[in-house]
Amino acid sequence: MNRSRTRLLVAFASATALLTTAGCGAADMTKQASPFAAPAGVKTVTLSVQSWVGAQANVAVAEQLLKEELGYRVDLVQTDEVPAWDALSQGRVDAILEDWGHPDQEKLYIDEKKTIVRGGDLGVTGHIGWYVPKYWADEHPDVTDWKNLNKYAKELRTAESGGKGQLMDGSPSYITNDVALVKNLDLDYKVVFAGSEAAQITQIQQFAKAEKPFLSYWYQPQWLFNEVPMVEVKLPAYTDECAAKDPADIDCAYPTTPLQKFLNADFAERGGEASAFLKKFHWSEEDQNEVSEMIASQKLTPQEAAKRWIDRHPDVWEKWLPQD
Amino acid sequence: MATAQATPVRAAQPGASRGPLAALRERPAAGKLLLLALAAAVLVPLVHGRWGGGIWPDALTADLSEPLGNVTDWIVSNRDSHPLFLYFFGHISNAVVLSVRGVYLVLLALGWAGVTVFAAAVAWRVAGVRLALTAAVSFLVCGLLGMWVPTMQTLALMVVAVLASVVLGLVLGLAAGLSDRVFRILRPVLDTMQVLPAFAYLLPVVLVFGIGVPGAVLATVVYAAPPMARLTALGLRGADRGVMEAVTSLGATGRQRLLTARLPLARKELLLGLNQTIMMALSMAVIASVIGAGGLGDRVYQALSSVDVGAALAAGIPIVLLAVVLDRTTEAAGRRIGTEPTGPALLRGPRGWTLAAVVTAAAVAVVGRLTDGRVWPEDVTVAIAGPVNTAKDWMVDHLYTGVPVVGGTADLASHFTSGILNPLRSGLTGLPWWSVLLIVAALAWTIGTWRTAVTAVLAMAAIGVLGVWEPSMDTLSQVLAAVAVTLVLGFGIAIGTARSERLERLLRPVLDVFQTMPQFVYLIPVVALFGVGRAPAAAAAVVYALPAVVRITTQGLRGVDPAAMECARSLGATPGQQLRQVQIPLARPSLLLAVNQAVVLVLAVVIIGGLVGSGALGYEVVLGLAQGDLATGLVAGAAIVCLGLMLDRVTQPTARRQRQEG
Repeated sequence: MNRSRTRLLVAFASATALLTTAGCGAADMTKQASPFAAPAGVKTVTLSVQSWVGAQANVAVAEQLLKEELGYRVDLVQTDEVPAWDALSQGRVDAILEDWGHPDQEKLYIDEKKTIVRGGDLGVTGHIGWYVPKYWADEHPDVTDWKNLNKYAKELRTAESGGKGQLMDGSPSYITNDVALVKNLDLDYKVVFAGSEAAQITQIQQFAKAEKPFLSYWYQPQWLFNEVPMVEVKLPAYTDECAAKDPADIDCAYPTTPLQKFLNADFAERGGEASAFLKKFHWSEEDQNEVSEMIASQKLTPQEAAKRWIDRHPDVWEKWLPQD
Repeated sequence: MATAQATPVRAAQPGASRGPLAALRERPAAGKLLLLALAAAVLVPLVHGRWGGGIWPDALTADLSEPLGNVTDWIVSNRDSHPLFLYFFGHISNAVVLSVRGVYLVLLALGWAGVTVFAAAVAWRVAGVRLALTAAVSFLVCGLLGMWVPTMQTLALMVVAVLASVVLGLVLGLAAGLSDRVFRILRPVLDTMQVLPAFAYLLPVVLVFGIGVPGAVLATVVYAAPPMARLTALGLRGADRGVMEAVTSLGATGRQRLLTARLPLARKELLLGLNQTIMMALSMAVIASVIGAGGLGDRVYQALSSVDVGAALAAGIPIVLLAVVLDRTTEAAGRRIGTEPTGPALLRGPRGWTLAAVVTAAAVAVVGRLTDGRVWPEDVTVAIAGPVNTAKDWMVDHLYTGVPVVGGTADLASHFTSGILNPLRSGLTGLPWWSVLLIVAALAWTIGTWRTAVTAVLAMAAIGVLGVWEPSMDTLSQVLAAVAVTLVLGFGIAIGTARSERLERLLRPVLDVFQTMPQFVYLIPVVALFGVGRAPAAAAAVVYALPAVVRITTQGLRGVDPAAMECARSLGATPGQQLRQVQIPLARPSLLLAVNQAVVLVLAVVIIGGLVGSGALGYEVVLGLAQGDLATGLVAGAAIVCLGLMLDRVTQPTARRQRQEG
């Protein structure tokens, strides 16, 4: 019994050695699909999913339609935003469906290396800002201007923020200037990073249940607004000059961004119906929120939520399919 | 002053009260401390005059952000053209993808019936009927939970990662087992690899291999190979001298000696190594979902982003089941070595394997005929996510605030943060940096050798040099607080389980689940209960580290010489006295090992706590991963490694050292 085990090990070792040496040519890591892709030789698309629910909604709907209408197998890869760009340029994923603006990456991969191409608008406009709950803003209407925030710092103190007010931020992968803003606007606040959107949502829900005041980095469109109504705090107006400053000196609000799709350059050219479909994918904030809320609040699986939306809105998605 | 703080802990041993000189002779620790105090008295004024107290001086840091940034840029721009990537990393990456794909396709081709029957047959063959049943039921549950495909993905990844780890571990272990010099060089390396929190590896791997399976497999191999290497070396070095001499006198060549005597004699250690490797690979396969490994880990991670505890649990249960089946099977295989084969005669020897293959083929054929697909049928699944979420919501609704007397979990967390974590953090960051080094030296030296003390101090100094002194102290304060809670709870439970076998039996499955459930699954419930911040991270860490502490302590307390216990009883000692004056002192090595394990495990989770707002080093690693920022992520990762090394050395119990040296 022992001999057979040893032999097995030897056989495996030589097989691995063979595998690594046999391919003497160049091995291009950039043309490597996931080993789980397309087990039966069917056509596949690999989509990247980001951690927020809106991104899951886009992907779930695209996945269902690619599967049901166009006969693709769809693989999903969960990644943060910057690594997703990296993966996109390497061909590990074929498309990002919702990007909130990454100028450095756009310059590097689209303009210089030409490994990624633009896939057009998603149809949803994104906006990042600071938000307070509506129940609190109704009591203190002046809290919605940044100039008055210091007055309320005391009420927003938590164990984590020490003697200052707590400004809650989410995942470290999100675009944020909050630390710079707090400093440059002389606010008596401390930015506390929740570490992930899940943690942030959970905390907001807890605050809302207790009707406690809070101040949070948050963004639209977002399904949580339906559950916990929030009001945006006015920050100094956004200007292009201000946005062009060094990140540490930024002292104005966030821009309003039409969210973008990006495709791997190879895939865009040779992706056939799938790439044509993903380029045409274009829906509204209400559509996205409808799906998002089913996923996050009613706890449907993304697939189930997408199915329900697809049943209700054929008029929207039929336009995305390639015309024969 | 720093040493004075550490002294009472060590001096409170029997014998300390009989005059200073006798105490010194009996307790070499006191002598070491005295020496250290003298050295400090000379050095501290010098150091203090030159660089001042407070946090680590800027003059002694090295800013690595620019060189590391350059490395990132170089990798990104050369990844698809440089020969290093085309001819080296590219092939490794291809080999990994091909092998994982190969295994995955085989598993899919076997279908659910084939995999289940095969697993059961193998378990029967090596471990008996009960485990065969466990294996079969476990795989069926994975299917029932609707997790068949992700389970197979994780399994494929695991098979490749474990095989690669075993091969690498065997090669390293053989080298270390046969050559003393290699052994000496390799031991500290393996020691270090084992205390590293897995989270710290991910970033460099991602940068070179990109997200996805190749990076995940390689990170897993780095994490899982050391136990195999260590145990192989241990087994080879421990070979019976008499047998070896006999073999040599028969004229066997070196290779023959290795293959016919040394390796077979080391079978037990080899199997234990395999068992450890599998367990570590499984835990890493889950963490690696952060870099796109796919499979069950990915399902858990995705469920977390929509705050869906139920879905996370549905993906977590198969992981636990896989762990239980693999652990028990390899453990049983190890136990059976050298004993007479049991079980039905049909299953023995090569015939057993053939039979397993035939039965599997038959099952695949029959089930394939009866149902059309090989993948688990989608309509035969049980959705547990809904009820679990309802249960969680109920718990949160009733526990978060307003529990009479003790207050809700939110109040508890807030008290814990402001009452323990905050003072501890400001205490640690307030300590002059050199006094921290002194405390570390004192603790490590009294408990270990001067070598461990030097390693610990150097590790701590490296943190300062890297320029992350403050976040590291923050992380350290979280670790200390969570370890304290873990030990109080763990020792308390262990005293109970050591007394009552029934309680132990009752707790065993609970502890199993806590230990093998991926840490990600805890993170959202703890946020729901304790809010965002350091408190939930500490709570998750306590849950994760508790089982190891309870197990080791129970074993230690039980293992106390029965004669000593009997003696104490006959002298009329009450149970409390027996515990305090006989059991605990005699079980000291086990208790120290428990402390050591608690520290290492807590650190691993506190780091992941960066995902729920624990800040400090964990957050910086997450930030580095999320933003592709090598400088931040790698420096924080290195600091975590140093912190882990220091904590391990400071708490490394004598028992472990003796075993390794023996």
